[in-house]
Amino acid sequence: MRRLLAVLLENEAGALSRVIGLFAQRNYNIESLTVAPTEDPTLSRLTLLTEGDDEKIEQVTKHLNRLIEVVKVNDLTDGAHIERELMLIKIRAEGNVHREEIFRTCEIFRGDVVDVTQESYTVQLTGPTKKLFAFMRAIGETSILEVVRTGVSGIGRGDKILEL
Amino acid sequence: MTEMLSGGEILIRALQDEGVERIFGYPGGAALHIYDAIFKQQRVEHILVRHEQAATHMADGYARATGNPGVVLVTSGPGATNAITGIATAYMDSIPMIVISAQVPHEVIGTDAFQETDMIGISRPIVKHSFIVRTASEIPWLVKQAFYISTTGRPGPIVIDIPKDTTDPNELFEYSYPDSVSLRSYKPALKGHSGQIRKAAVTMLKAKRPVIYAGGGVVQGGADEELVKVARLTGFPITNTLMGLGSFPGDDPQFLGMLGMHGTFESNNAMHHSDLIIAVGARFDDRVTNNPAKFCPGATIIHIDIDPASISKVIPADIPIVGPAKPVLAELHVALETEMAKHPIDQLSLDEWWRRIALWRQEHGLDHDQHDRKSESGQLLPQQVIQAVYRATEGNAFVTSDVGQHQMFAAQYYKFRKGRQWINSGGLGTMGFGLPAAMGVQFAVPDATVVCITGEGSFMMNMQELSTCMQYALPIKIVNLNNEALGMVKQWQDMQYGGRYSHSTYSDALPDFEQLIRSFGHHSFTASSIDELDSVVDEAFSPKLKDKLVFINAYVDPDEHVYPMFVKGGSLEDMVLSKGLA
Repeated sequence: MRRLLAVLLENEAGALSRVIGLFAQRNYNIESLTVAPTEDPTLSRLTLLTEGDDEKIEQVTKHLNRLIEVVKVNDLTDGAHIERELMLIKIRAEGNVHREEIFRTCEIFRGDVVDVTQESYTVQLTGPTKKLFAFMRAIGETSILEVVRTGVSGIGRGDKILEL
Repeated sequence: MTEMLSGGEILIRALQDEGVERIFGYPGGAALHIYDAIFKQQRVEHILVRHEQAATHMADGYARATGNPGVVLVTSGPGATNAITGIATAYMDSIPMIVISAQVPHEVIGTDAFQETDMIGISRPIVKHSFIVRTASEIPWLVKQAFYISTTGRPGPIVIDIPKDTTDPNELFEYSYPDSVSLRSYKPALKGHSGQIRKAAVTMLKAKRPVIYAGGGVVQGGADEELVKVARLTGFPITNTLMGLGSFPGDDPQFLGMLGMHGTFESNNAMHHSDLIIAVGARFDDRVTNNPAKFCPGATIIHIDIDPASISKVIPADIPIVGPAKPVLAELHVALETEMAKHPIDQLSLDEWWRRIALWRQEHGLDHDQHDRKSESGQLLPQQVIQAVYRATEGNAFVTSDVGQHQMFAAQYYKFRKGRQWINSGGLGTMGFGLPAAMGVQFAVPDATVVCITGEGSFMMNMQELSTCMQYALPIKIVNLNNEALGMVKQWQDMQYGGRYSHSTYSDALPDFEQLIRSFGHHSFTASSIDELDSVVDEAFSPKLKDKLVFINAYVDPDEHVYPMFVKGGSLEDMVLSKGLA
């Protein structure tokens, strides 16, 4: 099962490597990982996408908590939550018809064209991972020149917050 | 008045303020500022080893014997990497240890400088935590945190990596040592959940076929007394893991012996047929459970452990209790007394259970007097050696071991009375552990009899420390079960590889141990028969040689196997009991 974990981590040198090391060492899988400091500069927040059944995720969570620098772990997939990912995608766009079509598709998906050349558009798109994939399908494999994704960031819905 | 000290001095001063009496180490370029600071003081004694691996095992033995963290000081590069095996050993057995590794100066980190290695990176998977020093002024705070983290919760080794520039004798800083530590991200449990403990007590009183399964957490948590009280109150049968031996008196009839791969017949059977297992400070290691899918099919599991990650990792717990063994067992004792006032123990069932156990014990229990047993070859038997040592030391010695057959024979036949008396590398299974660990123990308890039970294979992995023993006059008694082979490897090759001894024998390439030992100024004896053994053991443990290191080279039957041995992939009741019998 797909799981999205939110982790609060001391914003210290080496802390992230312990988290990554743990996943390698215990044979857990990281699908994607985003990390940056929070409003409190002493804390980093990670969103970690992984796979596993309840037992495995319980172990992952316990072992994450065992790391001295991990302050809090929360399985976002346990409750209602919002997931977003940002993608920058360079698309081949040659000839008026083709360029027009890509521009329209981009509008439908609420993407922004952030760079233009005679032969290509670079588009910025945010949304759940599913939406990014849908956009790529709509553009078509042959037109995609380069894709860069940030990985998923997640936050719980409603008043519930992940705090110390 | 503020004191101005250099980084090297700050480090040693912080160790003093932490109450450290002794550190085990080996100097080198990046550590020399620190060594100069050691030279200028008397309060912390430095023990010069011959190899950094041995330093870590000494610190480990010291920690296991006392409960206080062992402290190691090594230089950068090879000094640090040599320490790795010892750090991993301590990590696997949850032993408090502080390893201070010198590092090349900040300005050359990352340039592949001479004797540079990324110690923080290399040690990451085998430490509880690690620190790299950025500036000398943070050393007291890091040392304080290191000791706090190492010794609380589930104990473990901590690495402090110190770049040489932060110990520069020409840069002075104000020194003060913090009184206490509080970390927002590290809050170890100090007691168990009372509701869960009461639930455990109620469940225990309903049990018909209970077994208490106690491990290293009881020893490291200093909870032997509390364990004994719970066992006495209930009258339940009790077994120990390899790491838990000594936490319940080994010569007590309520004790079933060790469980697991080489556990006793009665203990493994009792586990398999039980309806309630009370696991305390044990982690359901694969050497205990055999096949987890076939493990104790009818049993409810109460699992008490300080580390939540150990609970339900291998075997799902029905009643998990997170907390240190000592306060949890104390509270469990009170809860049992309260509940017993309401519903007494099911004594009829318990008596019936003990009758079944007595039968198992009678059928295939260990023979604790094999003095007159004759081996097929007529050679001395390893069990006879352990039993002779047990008699000579009256069961009171600190016993360390290495890894292999001798370790299992010692675990089976030396009946330990108290926790901390039995010191071995259970989790990592580190050959070469025994001698340096015994040295650490002897430093910690100078007047105690310390025995290292070893085999010639393990012994040769760290025998350079005989020189350290000479330097510090350590009166260790080394008992070498010499079968001129890697006995446990050979046993597996006998049992699983058609007797093809691939690289497990070297009988024509062994040293003359008597000469070897004597060249370091120690005493050495050889025994090849039971009569020789009796007299040699008497002499080795006589008051005359109390202050001397004595090495007993006992030539034992190379064909003897360790039994029982559980059948791979089976349940706990599936055991091989002797050669050719499954």
